[in-house]
Amino acid sequence: MQTITEKILSTHAGKKVYAGELSVVRVDGIMASDTTAPYAIKAFEAMGGVKLWDSEKCTFVIDHASPAPNERIANLHKFMRDFAVEQNIRLFDVGEGICHQLIVERDLVRPGQIFIGADSHTCTYGSLNAFATGVGSSDLAAVMLTGKIWLKVPETIKVIYTGILPKNIVAKDLILALEKILGIDGATYQTLEFHGEIVEKLSLASRMTMANMAIEMGAKAGIFTPIGLELPYAWTPTFADEGAKYIRIIEIDVTNLQSQIAFPNSPDNVHDVQKALGTPIQYAFIGTCTNGRLDDLHEVADILKNKNVATGVRLLIAPASKQVFIDAMNDGTAQILMQAGATFLPSGCGPCVGSHLGVPGDGETVISSGNRNFKGRMGNPNAQVYLSSPSIVAKSALKGVISNE
Amino acid sequence: MTFVYGDNIDTDRIIAGKYTKTLDMNSLAEHVLEDLDPNFKTQVKQGDFLVGGENFGCGSSREQAPIALKLAGISVVIASSFARIFFRNSINIGLPVLEIKNHDIQSGDKIEVDLTYGEVRNLTKNKSYFSSSMPEVMIDILNEGGLANYLKKYGDYQL
Repeated sequence: MQTITEKILSTHAGKKVYAGELSVVRVDGIMASDTTAPYAIKAFEAMGGVKLWDSEKCTFVIDHASPAPNERIANLHKFMRDFAVEQNIRLFDVGEGICHQLIVERDLVRPGQIFIGADSHTCTYGSLNAFATGVGSSDLAAVMLTGKIWLKVPETIKVIYTGILPKNIVAKDLILALEKILGIDGATYQTLEFHGEIVEKLSLASRMTMANMAIEMGAKAGIFTPIGLELPYAWTPTFADEGAKYIRIIEIDVTNLQSQIAFPNSPDNVHDVQKALGTPIQYAFIGTCTNGRLDDLHEVADILKNKNVATGVRLLIAPASKQVFIDAMNDGTAQILMQAGATFLPSGCGPCVGSHLGVPGDGETVISSGNRNFKGRMGNPNAQVYLSSPSIVAKSALKGVISNE
Repeated sequence: MTFVYGDNIDTDRIIAGKYTKTLDMNSLAEHVLEDLDPNFKTQVKQGDFLVGGENFGCGSSREQAPIALKLAGISVVIASSFARIFFRNSINIGLPVLEIKNHDIQSGDKIEVDLTYGEVRNLTKNKSYFSSSMPEVMIDILNEGGLANYLKKYGDYQL
């Protein structure tokens, strides 16, 4: 009797494995960004690496400080490009999008696979009923060399969402509600396995929002039930066995769930949005691998249509990918948002990770659709960052204070 | 000297995202822990210890975090518990990390570390703590000085 994690790791280890065992597994896909790829290249060379085990399975993405804000980073990007050309590695360059959006959007990960990314939010692909986890540059380099990684098979927490989903309650609220229960390290070394009638009805985009934040509870992976997942190709679902062993089962009845918000300075400092209402903000940010997709921009446009962002508030939007931006232009969403006062940024991670393109000033308060609000996260330790759903960010941008109207 | 900090020291506070995009390793050490403890950089000496509480190193996968600590002079990181990726990254770059549950090491305590036995002796409190065990592959990687040296020597994982 196995969990989804145990099943996927077993097919890649060549034997049945269970929680607690160490296993060496074969890897189906890898990814590194401009924060992690340069170190991975150096580590690969230090390992004596000459040729990648399989360049077709490797993707580099220039997204964390993209386009380059200074010559130092421009040279790092060049270093990545040169290596990618030399090794025939797929590289998504400046403006193409955020790594996690691109890996899913370009069909570079599929259900049942093991994907290793040199970025902590690689857990996003668990939305596709795959096992995906984030590592550092050396572990990534080791996969570049061997095509394998060693993993301790994680225990699994089963999370079941039940009840009736209230209007205006979205994926971000569902995952923040779990974060409130588990805390910042409540799932360390474990997999979060998402089940229940509520998540079975969620779109892929919503599943991505939730799986994305598994790492904010310390989890190694966040994997969704295959039930209700619609994909444009034939695929084999991986179900957990009846009687699979879980370390913990958490049931969340969403019937009375309110909109959720994480207060500074930790993603687990979660409260009902009521507690934050009226807090003045100067900067609203929509984007990131958590909530920068077309569905999210639609959610924002529904609120901002024919209205204007409050005086004294800047609303910055970085679509999760160029394709998202193109789609938002084609269906008129981008126009609605710009007329309401939004400024569009190139697709990438910049503001969320504090690299560039929207750093808050001292004493300023930000409301963001992102995933992390550690002190200094957006580039200034003297700013305060709140995290919430795209609609709460939009409503707050209209009022100039945190708002749910 | 031993630097003691609290729970949930995240990677943004170890080295902020704005400083991570560089291959100039020494510039990482320049900014290590600057938002958490502005005095760290001037006080730290080669061989010093860093002690944390629960969930040390949570957040990003940036290997620059343990690299910055190591280059600043930290020889061992001790914590009640570690975030998963930070723990792996530290071993992979050859920075010893010891998980010691419920330790009571405080700022100013004088400590000694014996890596062979995973023992930390608190000379001030006159007591010893022992670290949780680590998978053998991690001990092997650490003994080689990191994952790059390990794979250069063995070419593949020896499990």
